[in-house]
Amino acid sequence: MNKMIDKKAFINHLKDGMSIMVGGFMTCGTPEILIDWVFESNVKHLTIICNDAGYPNEGVGKLIRSGQVDTLIASHIGLNPEAGEKMGVGLMKVQLVPQGTLVEQIRAYGAGLGGILTPTGTHTIVEDGKKVIRLHDTDYLLEEALGADLALIKAHQTDHLGNLTYSKTARNFNPMMATAAKVVVCQATHLVHEIDPEVVITPHIFVKHVFIGGQTHDES
Amino acid sequence: MMNPKEIIAKRVAKELKPGNLVNLGIGLPTLVANEIPSDFEIYFQSENGLIGLGPYDENHIDMDLTNAGGQPVTLMPHGMYFDSSLSFSIIRGGHVDVTVLGALEIDSEGSLASWIVPGKMVPGMGGAMDLVTGSKKVIVAMTHTNKGIPKIKKQCSLPLTAYRQVDLIVTELAVIEVKKDGLHLIERHPDISIDEIIKQTEAELIIHNVKLMEV
Repeated sequence: MNKMIDKKAFINHLKDGMSIMVGGFMTCGTPEILIDWVFESNVKHLTIICNDAGYPNEGVGKLIRSGQVDTLIASHIGLNPEAGEKMGVGLMKVQLVPQGTLVEQIRAYGAGLGGILTPTGTHTIVEDGKKVIRLHDTDYLLEEALGADLALIKAHQTDHLGNLTYSKTARNFNPMMATAAKVVVCQATHLVHEIDPEVVITPHIFVKHVFIGGQTHDES
Repeated sequence: MMNPKEIIAKRVAKELKPGNLVNLGIGLPTLVANEIPSDFEIYFQSENGLIGLGPYDENHIDMDLTNAGGQPVTLMPHGMYFDSSLSFSIIRGGHVDVTVLGALEIDSEGSLASWIVPGKMVPGMGGAMDLVTGSKKVIVAMTHTNKGIPKIKKQCSLPLTAYRQVDLIVTELAVIEVKKDGLHLIERHPDISIDEIIKQTEAELIIHNVKLMEV
């Protein structure tokens, strides 16, 4: 099965108004080439789900600067002042979610669950509008599962089927996002013939398309 | 007087015990790592997915190995990597012994505010809400006031990061323990009087057997 994808085929997956999950933590483990292609496609009104807002013009920050993002769902936007500015003047909606809640909402979606119960955010404004469920004398927030139309993830090694390994802390949200979108596209640094089955982190069945490109920083 | 941040970092370090799994927040709390004796085995966790966080090393820059602030770091022997879901299972699941973080405000009940100043600064909570909710011990490490304005309040005015989760407050002037009946002043800087600390603190302090901070 050939899962390799090029820019043209990738752009065919993009539509105005779609939701896109993007892996990475402060751009560590972010598939920058795939983001560049989203930028070039000029699709608009996107909902982006990512741990953070990246940096100005790095990571999802490229799509925030270009005005392609209507809504950002993230845990932190502090290192990209442009995201705060766009939010402040109403050009972009930002939903801030505690990081552990965000990753677990994504994991829950991929695992076929309706949501999760978490103590995080109780008695804070995160609780507003949410159901509080009390179990064994502890209050939990009901947080719904979160999926997307497309997930863009970054891996270290892939085989031709899309079995994936990750590099160091570039793993972060990528394995969960790989389970939680209708279409999953992976930018992998290396194509290898075979991966030791004991070290595969993401099984190939989750991955629709693979693009080989970019470098890990220790090689650059 | 010694640099306030150094005083705070040195004092927080005394709270850590060999074998502890510890998470240090960005900024001042990261200085605590410099104050740990080299024969102490402390495991530092970073929310982006590692245990065994080591110092920055200009000869080993690898942008696939970063801390929660996105800065390049190193991995200590026996360290390991994991995904964000496991990272927050560790954090929320009560497996972190001590979390050290800064705060904008903290109140007499041990609630803290650290992630938003509405209309002014909205960085987001990142992993802070989970860390403060899940860790066995929560230490707030911060300067006592914000340019003279007390940060230790009767009640937080900013949106909370978590409700009643803080155990200990360490500032350059004082060490304050949060108990059910309120804030106990347990140590003071040797050069600072109790009256001066009261003046710089909005919340009521319970004062009884105040020791001197080692500085």
